[in-house]
Amino acid sequence: MFLSMNWISDFVDLSGLDKTELIHQFSLSTAEVENDIFFKGSDISGIVVAEIKSVENHPDSKKLHLLKVDAGDGELTDVVCGAPNVRVGMKTAFAKVGAQIGDITIAPRKLAGYTSNGMCCGESELGISDDNSGIMEITDDIPCGTDLKSVYEIDDIVFEVDNKSLTNRPDLWGHYGIAREFAALAGRPLKPLETEDLSAYNSLPQVDLKIEDPLCYRYSCLQVENIKRSVSPVNMRIRLYYCGMRAINFLADLTNYLMLEMGQPMHAFDSRKVGMIRIKRFDKPFVFQTLDGVERNVDENTLMICNDDTPVAIAGIMGGLDSEIVADTTTLTLESATFDAASIRKSTVRLAHRTDASMRYEKSLDPELTVPAIARLLNLLKKYDEGATVVSALTDEYVYHFDKVELNFNKSFVDRYTGIEIDNETIVKTLQSLGFQVSLDGDNFDVTVPSWRATKDVTMNADIIEEITRIYGYDNFAVHTTRSPLYPVRMDEVKRNEEKIKEVLVKRYDLHELHSYVWAYYDELKVLGIAVEDNIKLANATNPNIETIRNSMIPTQLCQVKTNVGYAPEFGIFEIGRVVTGMTADNLCIEKKMLAVTLYSKTADVKALYFKLRDILATVADDIKHRALGFAEAQPTHDYEHPVNLNRVLLDGADIGVMGIVHHTVGKKIDKKASIVFAEIDMQAFADIDNASIVYEEPSKFPPMDYDISVVIPKGVLFADMAACWKDEGKGILKGAKVVDSYDTELFHSETIRFEFSSHERTLAMTEVQEIMDRIVRNLNAIHVNLR
Amino acid sequence: MDRIKALQEEFQEKLAQIVDLNALEKMRVDYLGKKGSITALLKGMKDLTNEEKKSFGAEVNKLKGFAAKKIEEKVEELRQAEVAREIASMPKFDITAPADLSRGSYHPITLVQRQCENIFKSMGFTVEDYPEVVTDYECFESVNIPKHHPARDMQDTYYLTNGQLLKSQTSAAQNAILRKYGKNLKENGVPIKAIFPGRCFRNEATDASHENTFFQMEGMMVDKDISISNLIFFMKTMLSEVFRRDVKVRLRPGFFPFVEPGFELDINCLICGGEGCASCKHSGWLELCPCGMIHPNVLREGGIDPDTYTGFAFGLGLTRLAMMEYKIKDIRDLNSGSLKALSQFTDDE
Repeated sequence: MFLSMNWISDFVDLSGLDKTELIHQFSLSTAEVENDIFFKGSDISGIVVAEIKSVENHPDSKKLHLLKVDAGDGELTDVVCGAPNVRVGMKTAFAKVGAQIGDITIAPRKLAGYTSNGMCCGESELGISDDNSGIMEITDDIPCGTDLKSVYEIDDIVFEVDNKSLTNRPDLWGHYGIAREFAALAGRPLKPLETEDLSAYNSLPQVDLKIEDPLCYRYSCLQVENIKRSVSPVNMRIRLYYCGMRAINFLADLTNYLMLEMGQPMHAFDSRKVGMIRIKRFDKPFVFQTLDGVERNVDENTLMICNDDTPVAIAGIMGGLDSEIVADTTTLTLESATFDAASIRKSTVRLAHRTDASMRYEKSLDPELTVPAIARLLNLLKKYDEGATVVSALTDEYVYHFDKVELNFNKSFVDRYTGIEIDNETIVKTLQSLGFQVSLDGDNFDVTVPSWRATKDVTMNADIIEEITRIYGYDNFAVHTTRSPLYPVRMDEVKRNEEKIKEVLVKRYDLHELHSYVWAYYDELKVLGIAVEDNIKLANATNPNIETIRNSMIPTQLCQVKTNVGYAPEFGIFEIGRVVTGMTADNLCIEKKMLAVTLYSKTADVKALYFKLRDILATVADDIKHRALGFAEAQPTHDYEHPVNLNRVLLDGADIGVMGIVHHTVGKKIDKKASIVFAEIDMQAFADIDNASIVYEEPSKFPPMDYDISVVIPKGVLFADMAACWKDEGKGILKGAKVVDSYDTELFHSETIRFEFSSHERTLAMTEVQEIMDRIVRNLNAIHVNLR
Repeated sequence: MDRIKALQEEFQEKLAQIVDLNALEKMRVDYLGKKGSITALLKGMKDLTNEEKKSFGAEVNKLKGFAAKKIEEKVEELRQAEVAREIASMPKFDITAPADLSRGSYHPITLVQRQCENIFKSMGFTVEDYPEVVTDYECFESVNIPKHHPARDMQDTYYLTNGQLLKSQTSAAQNAILRKYGKNLKENGVPIKAIFPGRCFRNEATDASHENTFFQMEGMMVDKDISISNLIFFMKTMLSEVFRRDVKVRLRPGFFPFVEPGFELDINCLICGGEGCASCKHSGWLELCPCGMIHPNVLREGGIDPDTYTGFAFGLGLTRLAMMEYKIKDIRDLNSGSLKALSQFTDDE
């Protein structure tokens, strides 16, 4: 919303104050002002009122005229002018030689052989309207030679307030409310609005009016006739233009002007079309043509202004074409009303039609405004068109009153909230300047909230704090730290694990962390031949590609792998993100936080890649929980899972996730030559496992002894099966066993296993180690693992 | 005597030809060993007179000393030659060749989030995790955004078919956190100090500066006598840590349903420091985060008496911070899954 400093100054004397600084303060105390402040008229000087005394056609040009104008210099000035509307006796704006218009300095200039000693100006050239049809026509009685700026408010400071920052302030949607804020900030009094005394018309007949729907809070109207004026006064037009509105005709301009001044939207009907005003909704949807000529589908929830049963306006949004003021209108009905804010807002959304009026109604306007708005409008009307006659009594139905808001608080409440000392006098003065009624008894405040703040904005004591502090100025606050006692804080286990996991994966295994979306990507998955599995859906997705919430992150990661094929011959990605795995009995989503890891390689064979992933998971478990992972063979449940080597991942016996190889039917669609493996770990399940502590073993002073055996292992025997053969052997001195070599022939699989013995008490004798090894070999023989 | 002289000459000739330590050792044994030729000279002295023995012996000993010294010198010479050879054999490497920096990477949000979390942890805040799928109550109702409140229009929320929704703001965690720590506050006087980073969702079209999925971080502190003054102090301190410089902050009134009073917080522009430049539209200020005193209704809904306790809350756009920190121009890069873009964030320190 654009605001004019001239207009504001109608209501508060800001003379002697730095306006730019005031606007800045307003931005810090009330509502956000956009950066650019416009100094209107500052680039214009030397423009005077002049009368055209003679007009001759230019001998060689169809467009140009040769004028003699009286610019108040005692002699006439020769001017060449191309405007079509020149005529003798017309007064216009004239830029004399030496005048400034923007970057141009007016100088004598030859135009088609004739010298022009100045320039007649159009309104758009002066920046006071967008009318560029001809030169400005001045109808006011002003002597020639008068500086235009001394009669018209061309000089102004205009600034723009971000509408979003006015959402909660219905009172700030007009200049008068803004002026109240400036008055409070400047510590100057706010002048009352000049209004017409409407009680003078009480004896005239009432308008036939009935509110038939509770969505209309108040409806006030008045009938006026004999309005002769059609063009608005120049200053009014300038203000409207500076504030972003086009002048239309006097009556339309006047209602707009009133809205920009008081924030109260008004409408004028042709009285012939609104003999019986009824405000109601209709049972059925219908088509209604608004005054902009558009036919709109109006549904049964939309409040309408009607003439008996004929709709004439969409309440609070826009009037109808059929009841508009037309050329032969003699009597008009002025409407000033208040409607339910939420209803207007919803109607606006349904109609997809937001207007300056609806924008204001949405904010919960003060119903107390309707009558003063009529009184003010009438005041302006009579000022600019003396013949205008009121022909009805003020007709006012007021059916919904907002509760009066009265608040009570103590100085200590203010102190506690602000943390600084603001004295009682300042509090009282501040609140009063904003229109609050305040009575102070000791340290106790009784405050009545003004009606324009009481529609939703100020309802409780905390709201008062804002009023006091924003005018006090946040820049003026002494700031200090809290006095709260200190206590240790504990990290959430999932969060702690998350940090560590990321570190291990990035720092040790060179994986890349990526982010993704929480929904399945239909289109991308289709390319990979992965069906989107049924899961909870978005109810209002605008894009069907993202409709279903994912139940696993692996398909997402496979899409990402596909995106990155070509980035490097081998890479690994991971993400800790969310999935929804099902619904509870109460129909709520079961959301899980998962770690997903996918490795891709063109160079490593699938076995090496698979074991790399296994080792990554094992390292994570060992680093964070100091526990070994277990695995259990699993059956595939998703179409991207290869049925072989698919394993549930176990930690301390609990199922924490899955790891496997990407099914070749999917894999080949990503990259024919690469291997891809994946794992998905449930972060909460992982976090739920207790951390085992590190058990320190003192280094032995005695030499250790290694004992290698090479064995031939039949198909189907796992390392875990062999480990069972030595689990209970060599108590205290067998420290570990590991595979140091392995090879395969077509006939058999062979491994060399190194057993590590050591003792804290003695140097081990070969004989005792040999005895243990003999038993182990016997155990191995029992499962058909034989020495090579 | 001639034999001594001849032997010395022979020794010198041979020594000159020696090029390695092994040969030198062999030569030492050949001349100076028990069976060496110099030692042998002494053995042949028995036929000489005492007088001759004396002078011959002295000459032989002289030769012996001479030979030992020469060998020692030769040892040193060969050692040095070997060092020189070793040095000469070491090729010179091109240290300016590009370094191999291939390694893993963090998502930039992780880095920025970690920085912020560390700052808050150092000030005694807990870090709270919260689901992404929440109820209407959590996201709106409990934080003073009742049904039909205009603030709900401002957020284009993704609703799910079961009536739940993808949280449109991290504030969805406020109620649960107030409830989680409220007991300890009321019974033991332990202030609630929590931050809750999380992913948020808005149903809107994406472009270079709009995403439907982005990260926020909210924080709050509740105790007796928490004031606006505390809030300003805290925001200034915290943001100075986040941006690693002394930032200026200013507060403007801002309307957010879950705070009263609510503020828009600006910091002096990071690029120009407040002088005014293109990136701050010549205002010198950058609108950074909403904050305010927690609305009494929010406290009450969280089971905390607003007449006894007050608190402040603030929100930080982690996605925006990451974009500022790394000068990322297109917000969509963050969720693009592209390693070309995202493998660059190897660490923050």
